[in-house]
Amino acid sequence: MARRLLRYGVLAYLAALLIVPVGMIAYRTFGHGLAPVVDALTSAGALHAAYMSILVCVLAVPLDVVFGVGAGILLARRRMPARWLVNSVIDLPFAMSPVVIGLALFILYGRGGWLGGWLAAHGIQVLFNWPGMVLATAFVCLPFVAREVVPVLEELGTEQEQAASVLGARPLQTLLRITLPAIRWALVYGVVLSAARALGEFGAVTIVSGNIVGQTQTLPLYVDEQFGNFNPTAAYSAGLLLAVIAILILLAMTLLTRKRAREHE
Amino acid sequence: MADLPVSPLGLRAPAAPGYIRTGASRAAAGLGPGVALLYLSLMVALPVAALTSTAASSQFLTALTAPQTGAALALTVAEAVATAVIDAVTGVALAWVLVRDDFPGKRLVNALIDLPFALPTIVAGLVLLTLYGPGSPVQLNIAQTRAGILLALLFVTLPFVVRAVQPVLLAVDREAEEAAASLGAGPLTTFRRIVLPAILPATLSGAGLAFARALGEFGSVVLISGNLPFKTMMASVLIAGQVESGDTAGAAAVSVTLLAFALVVIAIVTGAARRLARRHG
Repeated sequence: MARRLLRYGVLAYLAALLIVPVGMIAYRTFGHGLAPVVDALTSAGALHAAYMSILVCVLAVPLDVVFGVGAGILLARRRMPARWLVNSVIDLPFAMSPVVIGLALFILYGRGGWLGGWLAAHGIQVLFNWPGMVLATAFVCLPFVAREVVPVLEELGTEQEQAASVLGARPLQTLLRITLPAIRWALVYGVVLSAARALGEFGAVTIVSGNIVGQTQTLPLYVDEQFGNFNPTAAYSAGLLLAVIAILILLAMTLLTRKRAREHE
Repeated sequence: MADLPVSPLGLRAPAAPGYIRTGASRAAAGLGPGVALLYLSLMVALPVAALTSTAASSQFLTALTAPQTGAALALTVAEAVATAVIDAVTGVALAWVLVRDDFPGKRLVNALIDLPFALPTIVAGLVLLTLYGPGSPVQLNIAQTRAGILLALLFVTLPFVVRAVQPVLLAVDREAEEAAASLGAGPLTTFRRIVLPAILPATLSGAGLAFARALGEFGSVVLISGNLPFKTMMASVLIAGQVESGDTAGAAAVSVTLLAFALVVIAIVTGAARRLARRHG
């Protein structure tokens, strides 16, 4: 009896908080049929926003992969005096509001900022432009790959790499033949997590992009703008598209988890 | 039940440090660590240093004691505390049901827990407004209220406690519970004396993460809160507004305060969780 009460209580909470609202947006989106949704999603603004979202994601995630693998090797294999410091800095984005991350970059690359003045003098515009958006997104997604890769590298140890090196393998060969294959699942995980976060990033990108319609507007920014402009169909359509992508990513992760578990057996 | 995949997107405990010194690892590592350190300083440390320096050179206290700022910070902390407390209770209940109970569709429910992590935050806000906003089909409009903010925060922080407690609950020794029950302890006593001490550290760290997330949350809150000064203005929304109106120094002061607060709370909660775990054995 108590068990049932708890079960239904918990399921009711989930339904009210999560399931019904997500279902509701699908219902509202298609409230006037399919045609307005197609129109909204194929409008110039929506298409450009989707292009910007993909561009930022495609540029930011590889940055985090290179960093994540490097940091993984650094943290997992080396006796370092400032290990705890590196560890904390990697986790810092989890403790920071996206808005604060955006502001930090805004100050650094702004006109009076430490780097902004020099870069502007050399004709490089970071703020209100794609480089700033990529930097902001890479900052926000920084911990994902590193946090996936580090435990695997720690478990792996160094014996295989040592063997490869004794047998004459060069560092790059060892990296490509031994290290990367060993961490491939963790890497796939980290990339998927980072991509999901990158596609949805809102707060940090809001600050550094200036949200210029048709230029630096990503899909989440487009949702916000259309909702503010009393254009709910456009906001719901783009929002639902992002939600569907999120659900697909979730599905992919579930399948990956299962596959990885099976491979471990 | 052990085959239940705990979390596709979830949190994993940090593994034990492996201090291994070999020449070969240096060879394999190649440039990696150097690149990583450079990247870390350029990408993370430098922006944060710039932010802190701007905050320090601003009228720090004047910026913080502006009435609107004080109200926003107080509201933000109150909302984050409420979120963490509610998450701790609902998260343990959810984890319990997902680990100990069995019902059709359980795997689907388990997978759905991670949806708030995958869903863009602005979409989370939009989704909640369609059900609990103006024109609500259930006659419940909590847009522009503090309850609305709380709802948004509960949505985006849902997975933290559940995913922290689930693996611990899976590992709890069932025999101790059965022994307690056979000695006449009721289910509540068994839970309080046997299960709760085991899952308390995980609950605490999950709630701590939820608190930190709620403290800085922006996307899900910005649509639902209405951003009324002194009423529903959260700190993150205030910062964004200050940046837009050109008050970068004021925004930096609020940002550094928010960040310091989050770091201190995370440090305290992590320390407490570790101590509790040690005491529990």
